[in-house]
Amino acid sequence: MIWGICALGLIYASPNLFYSRVETHNDAAKAIAAAGGQATPEQAAALAAWPGFLPSGLMNLGLDLRGGAHLLAEVKVADVYAARIDGMWPDVRDALRELRDTVGSVRRQPSVPGVLRVAISNPAGISAALEAVSALARPVVSLTGIGQNDIEVSAEGEVIVVQLSEAERAATDNRTIQQSLEIIRRRVDEVGTREPTILRQGEDRILIQVPGIGSAAELKALIGTTAKLTFNAVVGRTQDAGATAGARNLLLPSMDEKGVFYIVEATPVVTGEELVDAQPAFDQNSRPAVNFRFNPSGARKFGDYTAANIGSPFAIVLDDEVISAPVIQSHIPGGSGIITGRFSVEESTKLAVLLRAGALPAEMTFLEERTVGPELGQDSIDAGRVAALIAIVLVVLWMVGSYGLFGVFANIALAVNMALIFAALSIVGGTLTLPGIAGIVLTIGMAVDANVLVFERIREELRVQKGPARAIQIGYERALSAIIDANITTFVTAAVLFMVGAGPVRGFAITLGIGILSSVFTALFVTKLLIESWFAWRRPKTIVV
Amino acid sequence: MRLRLAPEHTHFDFFKHAYLTFGGSAVLTVLALALWAVMGLNFGIDFKGGTTIRTDSTTVVDVAAYRATLKPLGIGDVAITEVFDPSFRANQHVAQIRIAALEGSEAVTPELIAAMETALKAHDPEISFTAVESVGPKVSGELIWSAILAMTGATGAILIYIWLRFEWQYAVGAVAALVHDVFITIGMFAALQLKFDLTIIAALLTILGYSINDTVVVFDRLRENLIKYKVMPLRDVMNISVNETLARTLMTSFTTLISLGALLIFGGDVIRGLTFAIFFGVILGTYSSVFVAKNIVLFLGLDRSEKPKIDPETGAEVAGPKA
Repeated sequence: MIWGICALGLIYASPNLFYSRVETHNDAAKAIAAAGGQATPEQAAALAAWPGFLPSGLMNLGLDLRGGAHLLAEVKVADVYAARIDGMWPDVRDALRELRDTVGSVRRQPSVPGVLRVAISNPAGISAALEAVSALARPVVSLTGIGQNDIEVSAEGEVIVVQLSEAERAATDNRTIQQSLEIIRRRVDEVGTREPTILRQGEDRILIQVPGIGSAAELKALIGTTAKLTFNAVVGRTQDAGATAGARNLLLPSMDEKGVFYIVEATPVVTGEELVDAQPAFDQNSRPAVNFRFNPSGARKFGDYTAANIGSPFAIVLDDEVISAPVIQSHIPGGSGIITGRFSVEESTKLAVLLRAGALPAEMTFLEERTVGPELGQDSIDAGRVAALIAIVLVVLWMVGSYGLFGVFANIALAVNMALIFAALSIVGGTLTLPGIAGIVLTIGMAVDANVLVFERIREELRVQKGPARAIQIGYERALSAIIDANITTFVTAAVLFMVGAGPVRGFAITLGIGILSSVFTALFVTKLLIESWFAWRRPKTIVV
Repeated sequence: MRLRLAPEHTHFDFFKHAYLTFGGSAVLTVLALALWAVMGLNFGIDFKGGTTIRTDSTTVVDVAAYRATLKPLGIGDVAITEVFDPSFRANQHVAQIRIAALEGSEAVTPELIAAMETALKAHDPEISFTAVESVGPKVSGELIWSAILAMTGATGAILIYIWLRFEWQYAVGAVAALVHDVFITIGMFAALQLKFDLTIIAALLTILGYSINDTVVVFDRLRENLIKYKVMPLRDVMNISVNETLARTLMTSFTTLISLGALLIFGGDVIRGLTFAIFFGVILGTYSSVFVAKNIVLFLGLDRSEKPKIDPETGAEVAGPKA
């Protein structure tokens, strides 16, 4: 049983000795599986480099060892409230216009983002107005917000105030983060790097770790490309960069006509969020273009707008630049269309990808960014390896010098211990970081502790004239409580480190924790088994520890 | 012939110079706190915010020239240090450039980093940037809190565990020893103005774990000997216990120090701070488990009245000394 665990440990730890070979093997296996069983000669060679019957699980190398980029982003969730509330304005306006007789004229007042203030000219109609606007509220779609409406409507004199309810904010935040996570994941996956980590942290943060990428700036460029697509009504066109756009209008530059600016309505007709598909294509003149298709609600809005505004231009806006502003020739039903501009084929392909991956629902700020070059990582691995080897040699010599044959037993246990640590890291897919290597080296020193406790105890028992068999037995029995208590307390600190720490520090906690478990196991079982087998075989009259 | 760190039978009186050993510890702890308060810690960007850039070049680092190169960029407080390490190649020259967080800016400015890289590259075409790290002030503030939380959480968890397994006096003694170790290590970092970042917190937590390990072994023996020697004064039982475990205490500390020594010398400069803190802490932890923890227990006194002692392993009542 014990030997079985040790052997399993050795087998599972073995892939890590041939790290790069196994890694290419795994990559090749994945690539072949992805290609439906079709293998290129190189892939076949890489696959053959590691025997398939052996386990091929590897421990992950942390960013500080492999090199790569780490970002901690904060999503500005409140941006979405403002967009949501802005989106309500046309509905509110329409609802109130139907009551024109009672409420009078309707005017939107300036307000802080996320709050819609609408003034009516006839204060007597306020209750009717309130009722009409309240009717626009919909129930919140979330588990916790059941029974609550998405907006709160109140009246202040002749002003109707509309804002998102608490429950809707929470639900929106959640959706925003989930959406951001998904979009970041897709964008990082497009590049095809290995094992990126994309995790939500806390309320509104996202942790992104991508090994192998050149720098944090590159990663930011990759995920930060907002590709925010909107379709806006065009108010005017100007050559003047300083032109005043007017209330609730935007002055946006044209993408390919230098010095041309468009004044567009700030509230878009349709946004890219309602896109369901975008494909690179060619227009009727065989120029690169992008085909797109809206979901039903987007299609309806787009159809209604085009039907009502035949002959006037509308702007296709990408990241606050007007790609083009075609004139609406006819009603466009069905919700599909084409974006033409002066694209190259690559540009149209990239645009389609960005559109398909979707826009980030809200802006992100980066709170923390770290880049580690692969050379530094390799240097760290090399230095760690040298330090570990020297530590092992010294400890092994010292143990033999101090305890003789029993020291040899402890050293065998130490070797098994190391194998178990690497095996455990490989099986649970743990990440080895630079502080993690420090944890392993520290474990080399501390792993012999349990053995030392037992051996010193056996020495003591031998001194009070006990027979060797009895001394060994009592040595183990009496040392047990000290071993257990001492290691549980150390394990507690490792657990706290794991819970509180992040990144490299967590890697340290993992190796320390695994090291404690395996060193207790090896000292209590492996060394004991070795000593007992030796004792049964030799039957010595006296022993010297 | 065996290698020995301690003679076979020792009968040291560990209380003989208590005013020196325990008193010295108390004075050192206070001194460390004073140093911490007066000199402050040299916080790394984890806790202060800012950016560090690690450069690697085949040409010799000229700190003054680097400074002159970066000056026109107007980035304010720049600290440049050359890094030396035995694991470097012969023509490898590494420097660490640290820029304080800009006032009022939450996000890190990538343009600035790019500008610095271009400027340095113009000065030395061989230069490469092996690591660039930026932490915004918002996160750094939170990291300080989570570090404090981790330290108090771990200490609290240890306190409760020892309390459950032993008695409250032991728990207080153990925690006093831990506080001693951690504060003196922090004081050391303040005195030497070594960089204090997240990995040092990991080191401090490791010291907690290590120091408690040593202390628990002594306490475990004390608990056992208290059953064995029922009438002997507490002070003498403590001396016997420490003497009996001395060989093990020194042995384990020594093997741990061997490993850490190897790591300190050959492990590279990136984790030198971490290793140094643990190395120092292990020495302190060994000292405190011999000279600090039990003094507190002695001071608090133990209830040694005749109540049935429960064997910690089997749960059975122990009638008297075994064998």
